Amino acid sequence: MADDVKALSAELAQDPDSLVFLRLAELLRHKGQLDAAHRVALTGLERHPHLADAHDLYARILADKHDFERAFDEWDMALRIAPDHVGALKGLAFLYFKVGDVQQAAAHLAAAQRVAPDDPGIAQALALAHGGEAGQSAAAPAPEPMAAAPAAQPLEEARVFAGLEGAEEGLLLLDPSGRVLGGALKDPAGRDVTDAVAAYLAGVSQEAGRTAKLLGLGSWTGLAAEGQHGHAHLTPPTGSALLLVVRERAVPMGRLAIMAQRAAVAARRWLEAQA
Amino acid sequence: MTTAPAGFGRVLDLVTRVRGVRGAMLVAGDDGLVVAEQLMEGIKGPAVAALAASLASRLRRALEAAGVGAGQFWHLQAEKGALLVVTAVSGVLVVAVAEPDVNVGLVRLELLRAAEAVG
Repeated sequence: MADDVKALSAELAQDPDSLVFLRLAELLRHKGQLDAAHRVALTGLERHPHLADAHDLYARILADKHDFERAFDEWDMALRIAPDHVGALKGLAFLYFKVGDVQQAAAHLAAAQRVAPDDPGIAQALALAHGGEAGQSAAAPAPEPMAAAPAAQPLEEARVFAGLEGAEEGLLLLDPSGRVLGGALKDPAGRDVTDAVAAYLAGVSQEAGRTAKLLGLGSWTGLAAEGQHGHAHLTPPTGSALLLVVRERAVPMGRLAIMAQRAAVAARRWLEAQA
Repeated sequence: MTTAPAGFGRVLDLVTRVRGVRGAMLVAGDDGLVVAEQLMEGIKGPAVAALAASLASRLRRALEAAGVGAGQFWHLQAEKGALLVVTAVSGVLVVAVAEPDVNVGLVRLELLRAAEAVG
């Protein structure tokens, strides 16, 4: 297999624009050389940004490295380029399983099955998904092939943002009085600022609601803020709760909004489970 | 549309000329009073100014506590539109009320230019 890596590397060096990077990165991934696979896939993606297979491959490597947020983005991008991409559909199903959203996982698997009806892996995963929806335990279907796939588990009841990037330091769920329901916040120096931020945010939800109503804008759906050192996004996952997502300035506001939407789904589900 | 004094009017023009913007205001950040406004009929300027200033104040404190630093720009998204705010160096808030499909990036740029002009 080392010879294969050498041969493929040589082939790629000879023609950097060729699609051989897909095979090389996949091979490195299977060998567990994730950093090397990551480099090869990323370089290939830079040369072929509109190739759905490249985004799918890169997403699988990111998932192997437990970088699920970026994996989600890459699979999402693959589907935008090729809406019937089976690998991306399976990958997103896998990630939805990871955060406990069995319905979305099943929907993506069903879409994958429409494209590849003879794939036994999809049928099996779909059966597991329906089992999970019925309240039975379900294991996540890892996107294929995924030799080093992380073990998937249903969402932990006790942790609101289990499985989401930055769950321990950049996500915060509050009740209308500013009491912390879940998550935590740390400032750039690593100090825990959860309680201070929560206190300042008490009442923001109602005030945002009043402002939107006064302007005849209907219900507020989000509040994005750009600071000198970072970005923040507030969203009401339910009528009264408030979710805050904070990231460094390098994370674009649009990406932060997507992250906030995902965190809101997890928060909403957790809040419903507590009711 | 209500009109603003000439100097401020030119500043607000930067914002209101963007397609989808229904009005713009300059608001004193510390007390929430309207400094100047160019708003479509039906928008209650003084009330919006007061709420915007209050929201800005809460956000500023929360962002500073979170280590994000003083808020430069914020964007309240709602089902039928948006409120976009930039804080000038003097503490004056430059506020835009916009349609839901407005080009947020463009409004942000014009708000920043307006804030720079206000000083």
